Amino acid sequence: MAKDQDHCPQPAMNDAPENCIAASAAFDEMLEIDDGEGNYAGLRRWLRDMAPATLAKRRQEAELLFRRIGVTFSVYAGGNNPERLIPFDIIPRIIGGAEWAFLARGLTQRVRALNAFLADVYHGREFLRAGLIPERLVMLNEGFRPEMQNMDPPAGAYVHVAGIDIVRTGPEDFYVLEDNCRTPSGVSYMLENREAMMRLFPDLLAGHRIAPVGHYPEELRETLRSVAPPGCVGEPTIVLLTAGSNNSAYYEHSFLADEMGIELVEGVDLLVDDNIVYMRTTQGLRRVDVIYRRIDDDFLDPLAFRPDSLLGTPGLINAYRAGKVTIANALGTGVVDDKAIYPYVPAMIRFFLGEEPIINNVPTFCCAEPKELSHVLANLSELVVKEARGSGGYGMLVGPTATAEERTRFAAKLKARPEDYIAQPTLALSTCPTFVEEGIAPRHVDLRPFVLTGKEIRIVPGGLTRVALRSGSLVVNSSQGGGTKDTWVLES
Amino acid sequence: MRLQIRHKTEYRYAAPVAYSIQTLRLSPRAHAGLAILGWRVEADGRRDLPSYVDGYGNLVHCHSVNRRHDSVSLSVEGEVETTDSAGVLRGQAETLPPSFFLRQTALTQPDAAIAAMADNAARGRTALDSLHDLMSAVHEQLEYQTGRTDTTTPASEALRQGAGVCADHAHVFIAGARHLGLPARYVGGYLWTGADGQEYQASHAWAEAYVPDLGWVGFDPANRLCPTDAYVRTAVGLDYHAAAPASGVWRGDSSETLAVRVAVTAAVGAQ
Amino acid sequence: MLSRTADSLFWLARYVERAENMARTVLVGHWMASMASSLGKPGNEWQSALMASGCEKGFAAKHGEAATDAVIDFLVRDPDNPSSIQSCIDTARRNGRSVRTALTVDMWQALNETWHQIRERLSAPVPAERVVDTLEWVIERSQLFSGAYNGTMLRNDAYCFTRLGTFLERADNTARILDVKYHVLLPQDEHIAGALDYYQWQAILRSASALRGYHWVYREKLKPWLIAEFLILRPEMPRSLRACYEQIASHLGQLAEAYGGREGECHRLAGEAHARLRYGRIQDIFQSGLHEFLTWFVDHSILLGREIGAFYLT
Repeated sequence: MAKDQDHCPQPAMNDAPENCIAASAAFDEMLEIDDGEGNYAGLRRWLRDMAPATLAKRRQEAELLFRRIGVTFSVYAGGNNPERLIPFDIIPRIIGGAEWAFLARGLTQRVRALNAFLADVYHGREFLRAGLIPERLVMLNEGFRPEMQNMDPPAGAYVHVAGIDIVRTGPEDFYVLEDNCRTPSGVSYMLENREAMMRLFPDLLAGHRIAPVGHYPEELRETLRSVAPPGCVGEPTIVLLTAGSNNSAYYEHSFLADEMGIELVEGVDLLVDDNIVYMRTTQGLRRVDVIYRRIDDDFLDPLAFRPDSLLGTPGLINAYRAGKVTIANALGTGVVDDKAIYPYVPAMIRFFLGEEPIINNVPTFCCAEPKELSHVLANLSELVVKEARGSGGYGMLVGPTATAEERTRFAAKLKARPEDYIAQPTLALSTCPTFVEEGIAPRHVDLRPFVLTGKEIRIVPGGLTRVALRSGSLVVNSSQGGGTKDTWVLES
Repeated sequence: MRLQIRHKTEYRYAAPVAYSIQTLRLSPRAHAGLAILGWRVEADGRRDLPSYVDGYGNLVHCHSVNRRHDSVSLSVEGEVETTDSAGVLRGQAETLPPSFFLRQTALTQPDAAIAAMADNAARGRTALDSLHDLMSAVHEQLEYQTGRTDTTTPASEALRQGAGVCADHAHVFIAGARHLGLPARYVGGYLWTGADGQEYQASHAWAEAYVPDLGWVGFDPANRLCPTDAYVRTAVGLDYHAAAPASGVWRGDSSETLAVRVAVTAAVGAQ
Repeated sequence: MLSRTADSLFWLARYVERAENMARTVLVGHWMASMASSLGKPGNEWQSALMASGCEKGFAAKHGEAATDAVIDFLVRDPDNPSSIQSCIDTARRNGRSVRTALTVDMWQALNETWHQIRERLSAPVPAERVVDTLEWVIERSQLFSGAYNGTMLRNDAYCFTRLGTFLERADNTARILDVKYHVLLPQDEHIAGALDYYQWQAILRSASALRGYHWVYREKLKPWLIAEFLILRPEMPRSLRACYEQIASHLGQLAEAYGGREGECHRLAGEAHARLRYGRIQDIFQSGLHEFLTWFVDHSILLGREIGAFYLT
């Protein structure tokens, strides 16, 4: 009934990088950076000195641990399945301090540009006037919300929480695969994985200096505090708005609310009077200043949007527009969380920041642009073509493995509606040692750091590493054999 | 001409409700053809309603009642000076580019019938001519009848029934215009029909379409003419949902009846 | 705390207690009916159980005569009866689930386990020989939940609301069980204080787990006015109306204090009833009529519940 974008904390909400090729040709992070001493030196020694039987036993312990937590997960999620929703791999993924510093700079730059783009799209639209993106691509985009036009959110922050997916194809070669700017989830896995590692492998952790991640809830809280509306007096009251316990991401909502020490509310707990948002407490109505919402735009307010939504609060958007409450992430960030807009992000960085992108996009061709469409049609056998909108899966062509007939048929679709497609070359994703059935073997990984934007940008070192557990598989989506790893950023 | 508007709306609840909230789009904003001499929006006797300007540039008032009540009454009173501009809009505050108004909505999604009607009106003509023809076609094919449709009836359904109120006429026209690649939007407001003292049970609705090189032009398919100085424009949006004079939600186990009285009078001695 | 959370805790506790008390009511009916049968004088014991639990209308709408099996089934498993044991546990769990984060792990486990097991046990009508077993099991599970929440909840406003639910319901049910006796008619040829009458009073005490307690306090044979006094006015009897209202008044006072001294009609009503129970005398109650007193009490409790809702839970 409620089409909620915030699903169970499967990190891969959209697709895995299907446009990638198999392991044998990929760059392995442990083997190819390290020769003796390096980021993986300690881990390499530890794995070498560990008897296979012991490692297997530790993995069993990890499974038991997560089974217990998985019980919590599934009970919260309403199911009775005690399996953990996403398998956890006990071998951490390690990133060096310098590598991380580079990534952090690139992420900060990118998120600044995304926020600047949103501010511009909802005000003077200079970027569009300069012809840097087709006007219709934005104006007809589902994520563009007229309600946001000319609105000034505090600190100019629209994307308060961003999950930027990063892939690596070589020692120095990082790319942004996707920007998740609506209600990105998965941070509870990041926190929980570290907890598990600390409990299971204290000896291994003791041998490394690893940047902590446990302060994420505090950082998020600070971010939310910093965007309290101008009329707020004293300490802002922050709440986390959830769709409720029937939603499979509920565990993450209640976990974060607990850790931040804020109230977890549902739409029915809030009330709008004279454009001020209140929550209904046993001591009467208490004013709310900042709402961290994990509900899709359309369901936020039955008065302004879908009247059949039971999840939202009538009048919320009025209060928001009137500047009496801050909503995080802002309404209307979906316009930048879209494959069709993704190719223009490097131009956004140049236009709004006057800088060259530190981390590049995966080279992408927008079929909406005639020149690029011609290139795509001419090179269909080397490219992966995806639908620009929606969750994809259907309407996709993997050039290298498709038959000539499939390519011809797809070319026709492309010519009919070019604006619906983007194309990317195939990528060889990096691999990391992973403990699988056969022992320790390389498996493809990607990374989702979480970037927080308030008055300042804060990033907790590392993020969620997702790993494709099946040999040769590039799909990190949990329902298709994906898992997660703890991510270590070494302090130099 | 100088016009006086009196618009009263009363919501009654069969059993008292604990809470209700309204979004009101009942205040016009000036443009070249409209000067506002005085305007007042009241709800339950209250004049200092919180307000803001929305994404379309509409002036929106908000009214919430957080106690047991069994009715809500709204009252609008105003006086304006209008000038005829043959339906062409000038001097209005535009917040969104015309291309935005090509978006489809559930209420204005064209089906085969609407597409055919629009294509027929277009037949190689200029944009302006096509829109006039479209307006005529909508006027012919939709009879003005209350009670056949409601605020959730999509344009395709209204056309299929061949009947509807001015909002439906506007929706069908908008669907057709967008099908032709011309941006179009819904307009809510008031109409002086010439019968002073006559009370109506609704305010009026028409459409605007964007004509290249000319700008936004008003079209009233229900009356088959472009807005004159008898029209007072109060709100615009993609469709009725975005521009409704009053939308409300209430909480309680009850049912609602609505009574509306609108009177538009030409002020004595004005021309 | 959020009104909705407090409301769910309040009703969760009420429904668990209601399930327990329904089990007790059915036990009373069961004992009384067996006793009457074995003495060869079957009467309207089951009818009186239906009346006491407020399920008479619902039963009559669905069935005809108050035959044993039909009544037991209606009171224990029937989903059409919102007060049946099955329905109570369903509702309790639903409330608990919606405010999961407000429950301690032990509370949730007690509640969830009970719900799972009761679905199995009551998936088919309970055979006659398992009735008492099953009812005693329900009482056990309710006590487990009570033990869990009393043992693990922080002593804060959430705890107060939970306790208010338990004691409001408990007091209401003790009054109703006592009132069963009023509705049960002695057959014509039995006289008051005869064997049947005696066993009926004994059944009432047993269902309130008060039989031994009675003897400890009174050290004499069962006497109706002492039984009534025991269940209404004695503070040592934990299920007595007085003991319950002691808790209710105390927790409402704690809430008032926690919330900066704010008091409402619910505080006055609770105080009023508490005073009547604290300073009342059994002879005065019997003077104006036990049944009248119990009726007043049940009505008063319903009103108090509503006022608590209006003051804190909306």
